[in-house]
Amino acid sequence: MHSVSRIEVEDFLFNEADLLDQWRLPEWLTLFTDDAKYEVPCTDLPPDASPDTNLFYIADDRTRLGERVKRLMKRTAHAEFPHSKTSRIVGNVRIKARKDDEIEVSCVFQTLRTKDGITDLYFGTNNYRLTGGDDTFRIREKRCLLAGDGLRSSGRISIVL
Amino acid sequence: MSTETQPALLVDPAQRIFKVARRNFVDPDIFAAEKERIFDRSWLYLGHSSELPKPGDYITRIVAGRGILFTRDSKGQLRALLNTCPHRGAQVCRERKGNAKSFQCFYHGWVFGSDGKLRSQPGEESYPEGFKSRDTSNMQAVPRFESYRDFNFVSFDRNIIPLVDYLAGAREYLDVICDQTDAGMSIVAGSQEYSIRANWKLLTENSIDGYHALTTHATYFDILMSSTDNLAAGTGGGFGYDLGNGHAVLEYAAPWGRPVAQWIPGWGETGKTEINRQYDKLVSRHGTERADRIALKNRNLFIFPNLVINDIMALTVRTYFPTAPDYMVINAWALAPNDETGWARKYRLNNFLEFLGPGGFASPDDAEALEHCQRGFKNSKEAMWNDISKGMGKDNPSHNDELQMRAFWTQWNRQMYPAPISSIKGVAA
Repeated sequence: MHSVSRIEVEDFLFNEADLLDQWRLPEWLTLFTDDAKYEVPCTDLPPDASPDTNLFYIADDRTRLGERVKRLMKRTAHAEFPHSKTSRIVGNVRIKARKDDEIEVSCVFQTLRTKDGITDLYFGTNNYRLTGGDDTFRIREKRCLLAGDGLRSSGRISIVL
Repeated sequence: MSTETQPALLVDPAQRIFKVARRNFVDPDIFAAEKERIFDRSWLYLGHSSELPKPGDYITRIVAGRGILFTRDSKGQLRALLNTCPHRGAQVCRERKGNAKSFQCFYHGWVFGSDGKLRSQPGEESYPEGFKSRDTSNMQAVPRFESYRDFNFVSFDRNIIPLVDYLAGAREYLDVICDQTDAGMSIVAGSQEYSIRANWKLLTENSIDGYHALTTHATYFDILMSSTDNLAAGTGGGFGYDLGNGHAVLEYAAPWGRPVAQWIPGWGETGKTEINRQYDKLVSRHGTERADRIALKNRNLFIFPNLVINDIMALTVRTYFPTAPDYMVINAWALAPNDETGWARKYRLNNFLEFLGPGGFASPDDAEALEHCQRGFKNSKEAMWNDISKGMGKDNPSHNDELQMRAFWTQWNRQMYPAPISSIKGVAA
């Protein structure tokens, strides 16, 4: 994956953000490889902390990520029923490392979430490991590093960041 | 003041009535009174000894609105200091945590040891001889600071009863939890710091509410059913107990895996070996009866007014403080035995995240429920009362009855409105 351009990566990430904003979560899930990880460490941990030895907010393997999507699409996922409205901005996209079968990508995000008349802001950095697919990338790892002071006042991560 | 004349509770045991005024969750006067009568007169959890392993380690924390500098001094002794300079009041330590030989207030440069004692100040020659040896020149300690089995508490009430007495029946449950290991317990790195737009007492209630699980957490139980065929383990039932002084506990069987020590098929053969090893150790140390209680029973332990220790699919420590009648900040940690294997630690944390915390499959739905109670309370002028009578009059209320909440509210009422307890006699609603 030595010839991938930043614009290709940006198109992919913008599309990912759009799928999430539209709550097309089952489709979003297909962007991930079978061995994928989606992780959100607590904000007082170093960025490379391991979820095996540290308490995170979220540490999903592909199976649990699937369960997360299934859950969020149910009416009984009360925290997201009715679904909140979100708007994600992805920027400062950079390819940080290139290997034969994988690139490391970093970007910043700002996600606004509105529900029941209250709007919260999530912001930070998303670090990805992307592999090449047939006609698109696939996500092998997405680690979301929140830049806020814990989760105040958003309080929870009931959406996907 | 209207809050003093309207009953906060309506209680009539003969008719099995126990009602809580919804005003208690919204009234700013009650919120102001709670600061003084609840939070300034209770033992409040500060932190666990394992968070400060080495001399010089420190953490800054907010407890009941006060900034606390929690340190282990150069001699290894734990201290809880008010994080304010004795000179002109500036917050002395502005970092979250670290290790330091001394703390310098950046405003005028006074330097304090990790025991809070004044070491030096610029322009010493302008102060009288002996100024440094005055107690008033040092950072002030919290009025009371005591620990039980590495759980450290502070109180702002100089005359409060000793912590061990305050804990009453909760002490025995802390023992059951700590006896999972003889190697001590530690807080795992990583703090979940979040908030809920609801009154703090709603989280107290929710933390000891076995009644809401199947509806509020329907999606979690869907997932649990697909990952375990051990659901029968969860039908053993359990009980709720009033532990005195406002403390309460639920103790019950549940279908999820427990790292100490209830195996589920999802953990495979490696897990089975590990869980059996843990269980055998418990039996050899405590005998079968206590080992079974430690390993196979779950406990949601509430220590009045704002500490929850959950010994469930993982071990959690959670404390919370209100900053407004309709807003609370919450800190939660994972606790784990020091001698567990890498396998057990990994599965413990995995278990924790599945159910618990602001990114889990259950806690966000709790927060949603609490916030919608708070919204519902906007009608409290007309729709005035909550009902927590479930299981009243039973000899042994079950873990999904509401005895636990009645224990909390009775103590809350006692501290808020000391005798004559006109409100507790009450009348039928």
